[in-house]
Amino acid sequence: MSKRYTIGSFLLEIVMIAVAAVFAFPIYILIVLAFKSEENWREAPLSVPLDPYLGNFSAGWSQAYLGDAIFSSALVVICSLLVLVAIGAPAAYFVARCKPRLGYGLYVFFLAGMILPFQLALIPLYQTMRDIQLLGSPASLVLFYAGLQMPFTIFLYAGFIRTIPRAYEEAAKIDGAGELLTFVAVVMPLLRPITGTVLILNGVFIWNDFLTPLLYLSGSDWATVPVAIFSFVDQYVTEWGTIFAALLIGVLPVLATFLVLQRSMIRGFASGVKG
Amino acid sequence: MSSDSAAHVEVTFAKLGSNSKRLLSAGVSWGFVLPAIAVYGFVIVYPMIAGTGFAFTDWDGLSNDRSFVGLENFRRLASDPQARASISTTLVMAGSLLVAKIVIGLLLALALNTQIRTRNFLRMIFFMPVVLTPVIMSFVWRYIFSSNGALNQLLEAAGLGNWEQQWLGDPGWALFCVIFVTSWSQVGLAMVIFLAGLQKVPEELIEAAKIDGAGPVRRLWSVILPMLAPAMTVNVVIALITGLKFFDQIYVLTAGGPGYATETMSTIIYKTSFQFGEFGYGSSIALVFAIIVATIVYSATYLLKKREIEHV
Repeated sequence: MSKRYTIGSFLLEIVMIAVAAVFAFPIYILIVLAFKSEENWREAPLSVPLDPYLGNFSAGWSQAYLGDAIFSSALVVICSLLVLVAIGAPAAYFVARCKPRLGYGLYVFFLAGMILPFQLALIPLYQTMRDIQLLGSPASLVLFYAGLQMPFTIFLYAGFIRTIPRAYEEAAKIDGAGELLTFVAVVMPLLRPITGTVLILNGVFIWNDFLTPLLYLSGSDWATVPVAIFSFVDQYVTEWGTIFAALLIGVLPVLATFLVLQRSMIRGFASGVKG
Repeated sequence: MSSDSAAHVEVTFAKLGSNSKRLLSAGVSWGFVLPAIAVYGFVIVYPMIAGTGFAFTDWDGLSNDRSFVGLENFRRLASDPQARASISTTLVMAGSLLVAKIVIGLLLALALNTQIRTRNFLRMIFFMPVVLTPVIMSFVWRYIFSSNGALNQLLEAAGLGNWEQQWLGDPGWALFCVIFVTSWSQVGLAMVIFLAGLQKVPEELIEAAKIDGAGPVRRLWSVILPMLAPAMTVNVVIALITGLKFFDQIYVLTAGGPGYATETMSTIIYKTSFQFGEFGYGSSIALVFAIIVATIVYSATYLLKKREIEHV
């Protein structure tokens, strides 16, 4: 805790860099192998490839249908986030502004969905999606994530709204604005910081999610990135270069977003994931 | 808001009369929350109730006829060695992840909450696995642990050839590898939550403890940890909820094997229901799973909240 950089700090720094190297090892392997030819891999599987081989990327891109998958994932993520914000924010406004006892009742109602394992709902929901013929369509996933992530979204928003003084809304009402206008024009702009957190946390979760897209979309033209990667690797188990190029392309959208937004993402996770 | 404008609001209230006053304090109309209840009800609440009902049937997921079989599925579960093993494996994994996340997450946070110069860069490295797609990173780990993969190559290069293992082929090592990978993907989250908590510990408090002669361990135990109680609660609850439910990493790394050494309730529910088509039996495992998760998470939250209050 001391403010000075001592010899102890230096030693700690060395130890921590070593620990970080272990942490980053799979990322090193992921990048290095994506740039290795089959031959180079056989000779020196761990080294940095001095003349990087780029052929893996076009093979991985086309064989894993990654263009389609990235489009599909992006579509599902964007639509789900739009629905979550459009429905979740007003719902949280209601929860934060209603009578305490009702608010607590709604809190418990939504909390159940966050704690109980989704597996219990997995089979009946699969059945329903099949009956209304949404299986194989990205709309099924948008609907699914809107429901699954709704409790978490409402908690984030409601916690934030409780810190906003009611005076803003009351002033707007006195000026003659109706409920809806008050919410859209007065409350929503105040929610901008927490909306960022909502988008980041839900966006990462939805992009990375695997089991439900596997059930709903595998075999269709709409496989998301994790599903496309999964079915691709299962088929081409031996061509490591191609596989790693596909893995690297698959993880790149998340990795790039993280590198650009890391400060706000880390802040969002540290403050937001409070269950 | 200045007292002036507050006074203005008061005056306006008075002018508007009691009728609009009631209107203002009545909250927001139900229209705001109904769409959320509808979507959540459709996707989570109704299917969970239906799933609870399925648990008492012999439904295969396809045919129209399903009959009520009472507690038959649960009797079967009690005598099914694979399902029983999956319950204990789930608990072992969640427990190990909890310990790893709290201990390693706290150590990393304490180390980064110092004057070291690379702390922002290191924080990024430790946190990165939290956001990277689990399926993709698990394939990387599967390669690392494979028989001619990176770990064995490293051991050979270091002259430790006789330490080489079939990491994912041996039941004990496979379980260890799954726990290791899930911990790797989650400790960064515990770290940033602890870091946020540490930033709220006042410097003077630590200085005061130092002047009173408290060593580093004593300061951690008696000053810092009690102040971290809220962060601890959050971390324990998140670790339990995620630890009990892991699926992606296990499914990619071992698919529950070898044998059923790394089979958890999540993987066995998926297999029973969607690979073997036993929706009734799968639902009953899911129901038991839900009860276990709810009990553990509820008790942990209750105990930790009680402890938090005692400390304050």
